[in-house]
Amino acid sequence: MMRLNPKMTQVLAKALIWGSALLVIVLLLFILLFVLIKGVPTLSWQFLTENPRDMGRSGGIFSTIVSTILVTLVSVAVATPFGVGTALYLTEFTREGLATRIIRFSADTLAAIPSIVYGLFGFIFFVINLNMGWSILSGGLTMAMMILPTIIRTAEEAILAIHPLYREVSFSLGGTKMQTILGAVLPSALRGIMTGVILSIGRCVAETAAVILTAGSSLRLPESVFSPARTMAVHFYILVREGISMERAYGTAAALIILILIINVGANMLINRFVAKNH
Amino acid sequence: MTVQPKIAIRDFSFYYGKHQAIQSINVDIHANEIFSLFGPANSGTTTLLRALNRLSDLVPGARTEGQILIDGQDIHAEDVIVTDLRRRVGMVFEEPVPLPMSIFDNIAYGPRMRGIRNKAVLAERVEESLKLAVLWDEVKDRLHTSALRLSGGQQQRLCIARILSLGPEIMLLDRPCAALDPISTAKIEDSLVLLKEKVTIVLIPHNTQQAVRVADRAGFMLMGEMVEQGPAERLFTVPEDNRTSDYITGRFG
Repeated sequence: MMRLNPKMTQVLAKALIWGSALLVIVLLLFILLFVLIKGVPTLSWQFLTENPRDMGRSGGIFSTIVSTILVTLVSVAVATPFGVGTALYLTEFTREGLATRIIRFSADTLAAIPSIVYGLFGFIFFVINLNMGWSILSGGLTMAMMILPTIIRTAEEAILAIHPLYREVSFSLGGTKMQTILGAVLPSALRGIMTGVILSIGRCVAETAAVILTAGSSLRLPESVFSPARTMAVHFYILVREGISMERAYGTAAALIILILIINVGANMLINRFVAKNH
Repeated sequence: MTVQPKIAIRDFSFYYGKHQAIQSINVDIHANEIFSLFGPANSGTTTLLRALNRLSDLVPGARTEGQILIDGQDIHAEDVIVTDLRRRVGMVFEEPVPLPMSIFDNIAYGPRMRGIRNKAVLAERVEESLKLAVLWDEVKDRLHTSALRLSGGQQQRLCIARILSLGPEIMLLDRPCAALDPISTAKIEDSLVLLKEKVTIVLIPHNTQQAVRVADRAGFMLMGEMVEQGPAERLFTVPEDNRTSDYITGRFG
């Protein structure tokens, strides 16, 4: 059997690893540039600030931007407290056992369910049974269920990763369990928890199937959380699917990508301002 | 007439589940002395230290027998509020563990949990505690920067200051200098000698030399038993028990 000399193996392994990393970057840049080059020419102040007219053939995408932000806000605001609460229960309030395994298994299973199934459930439960209709609330709650597992698992990882002595220090300084969790555990885990929230925001912003079924696809500017709404991703999908305007679809996609970039960069800056000075 | 000891340990045993880590020991620790608990690994020193402010309660399956009296009061009595006990009996760990927040917030952590919110009071506490731990001059210009940026020795003095901010009566130190260089060690030992005017100190030294340098009295533990205790200079020069002299002269451990 032919054997490579060790030096050659090193070179090959290095090339393979570097190649994979490079592929990821090239793919990302290719997709980003493709969408941005196609879409940015459509972007204008008017496009961003006017409501769509004539089913999206003319006008802008303002109402869909507002809807996207509202649906995302509702789902993150609902899922974060429950997710972090579950993570705290798993890490601080119980010992490993049947209960924790059932909770983790449920969370992992929830994470694996396709979004269209969430959409169907949200449609039957929130829209019909609870009579919320197609609305930002129905959409937001459906997405909250969808992102819950991500938030639980990332928050759990973040809490497990903090220095185990932080808890003992807090207790040894006369802290109660609650004070220890609020004063020492959560602040130290904040960065990891926020990472999960940002990932979830990304999922909310990009979701289509579940949102069409629960928030509807109304192009009007939502008046409250009870109004039906069309998010940017849904708008994009409908523009392409119904052949309304490829140009405007790319414009929406570009705006969507820019919105996600802004959220990521903004959230990171926020975390750094809050956390970094202490690390 | 005899003076009541600050800490009186009476027929005290400690169990982790079925494993008995401390075998019915008796120790008196007097007010304003440095008492050095020493012994090889797994001798029960750390377990005993952590029992003194009931941090050992946090270990699942832990159980105690006998009594630990502080100022004559049993710390396991039902009317003892454990958070109050831990404020009176502060603990410094082997590894310096500043919380990931500013120097000021670290020192103010204990008082804040006790409900002190007044900024002037907190600032005063912080300054006082840092001065007692001989750290003030080094950090007074950067109180609001991260405590994690301090050197190891400074971090350990920060941990001492953090306890002092609660005005404790007793300080427990578990090998506080194990991870530090000799200069930092000397600084901490100096501050301990100054501090014993205010507090009673129970110290597990990381080596016998440290016990010799700072301790007033000492107790040698082996396999959960208290082999011998007494004034430090006698214990380290003419120990009564062979096992103590074997350990001190380095024949085992």
